[in-house]
Amino acid sequence: MPLDRNQLAKRAAQELRDGFYVNLGIGIPTLVANYVPADMTVWLQSENGLLGMGAFPTEDAVDADLINAGKQTVTGVPGHSFFSSADSFGMIRGGHIDLAILGAMEVSQEGDLANWMIPGKLVKGMGGAMDLVAGVKRRIVVMDHANKRGDAKVIPACTLPLTGKHCVDMLITDLCVMLMDETSRRFVLMEVAPGVSVDDVRSRTTADFRISPNLSEIQL
Amino acid sequence: MAVNKVHHSCADALQGLVRDGMLVAVGGFGLCGIPENLIIALRDSGIKGLTVASNNAGVDDWGLGLLLKTRQIRRMISSYVGENAEFERQFMAGELEVEFTPQGTLAERLRAGGAGIPAFYTRTGLATQIAQGKPHEVFDGETFVMERGIRADLSLVKAWRGDCFGNLVYRKTARNFNPMVATCGKVCVAEVEELVPIGELDPDQVHTPGIFVDRIVQTTSVKRIEQRTVTSAR
Repeated sequence: MPLDRNQLAKRAAQELRDGFYVNLGIGIPTLVANYVPADMTVWLQSENGLLGMGAFPTEDAVDADLINAGKQTVTGVPGHSFFSSADSFGMIRGGHIDLAILGAMEVSQEGDLANWMIPGKLVKGMGGAMDLVAGVKRRIVVMDHANKRGDAKVIPACTLPLTGKHCVDMLITDLCVMLMDETSRRFVLMEVAPGVSVDDVRSRTTADFRISPNLSEIQL
Repeated sequence: MAVNKVHHSCADALQGLVRDGMLVAVGGFGLCGIPENLIIALRDSGIKGLTVASNNAGVDDWGLGLLLKTRQIRRMISSYVGENAEFERQFMAGELEVEFTPQGTLAERLRAGGAGIPAFYTRTGLATQIAQGKPHEVFDGETFVMERGIRADLSLVKAWRGDCFGNLVYRKTARNFNPMVATCGKVCVAEVEELVPIGELDPDQVHTPGIFVDRIVQTTSVKRIEQRTVTSAR
């Protein structure tokens, strides 16, 4: 069975470490916040100027001046801080953020990422994504392995405009977990979802990739 | 007695500052911390052919979306313009130019412009279409892209509290782009929720010193929320 959105977030949360400063993208990456282990302190950075992002507010605590990068009303955890966009991206571009978890439209076999526009169709902009992939220490992409029509999203080369080149360190999809091997510049299949075979992954992937000798099943 | 920076209406605060085709930098992230009343006054001034540097373009009926609807903006310098159907329509139809700029690059371009730095190098956007046609340079074995500072003709910002010298304090995430925007304009107009007497603001807590602000006006903000997300009380 392929993983659902929450299971994807849960698997991604296994990459968090105590004391990490983390930026979560919009969509499934945001759900990762729900699976931070209770004994772990993880500082969530929101690029609009908040470090130490907390849960959504109760109705009476809603504050129009306190939002996240997805423009949702949020709260701060004890010890949170506010700062300007320049300081925020100083954290991101200066390599002070440990981990970024973001979504993707396409990922190439060399770890290139495309997630900000579809020429002639979808115009939204890159927001902070180009800064994040260029400056954060580790970059994990969380996405469905194929698009709604069943076409592969892990492909030989991106067809859409790039967000960054050679920037995806780890790929977590509804079918599997892949790790980038810097030496061969290919992803290595590390884990498959319960009930998903290597052939299932292969049939939905057009990218060249390797298979780990220690291939295992995703544990949630 | 120093120059009086206090104005009593947004229209008055923009008097003599607007001209067609100018570059205006506007603070805010989404609808948070936008100078909403100054934007309305800018629309009502009838100015045309604007280039606007702002992270976002408002929504269809609020913020900079108001100036898109009236076709007063010719060109946007932004990082993200989702949530605005009219923007998308004008862009697709080729009626509106957009210079997509990564969010951190935009913040730094505004900061640099305000600090007298004409250009800087960054890793952001390397090997993407953003870097095409821009000078590249190798530092310590790594390649960087050159980006230009932005010097605006007019800056519009929103702060929480301010005084008649133009000192500003922002509130929570409504700070966002406002401090850099305030510095990059040849003229900066600030709207504040509360204009306080001199001495009221703790000098240690001032975010934007008054030297950057030329005119200040007290307004009442609607503070529209884009995504009202709540959790049920425990």
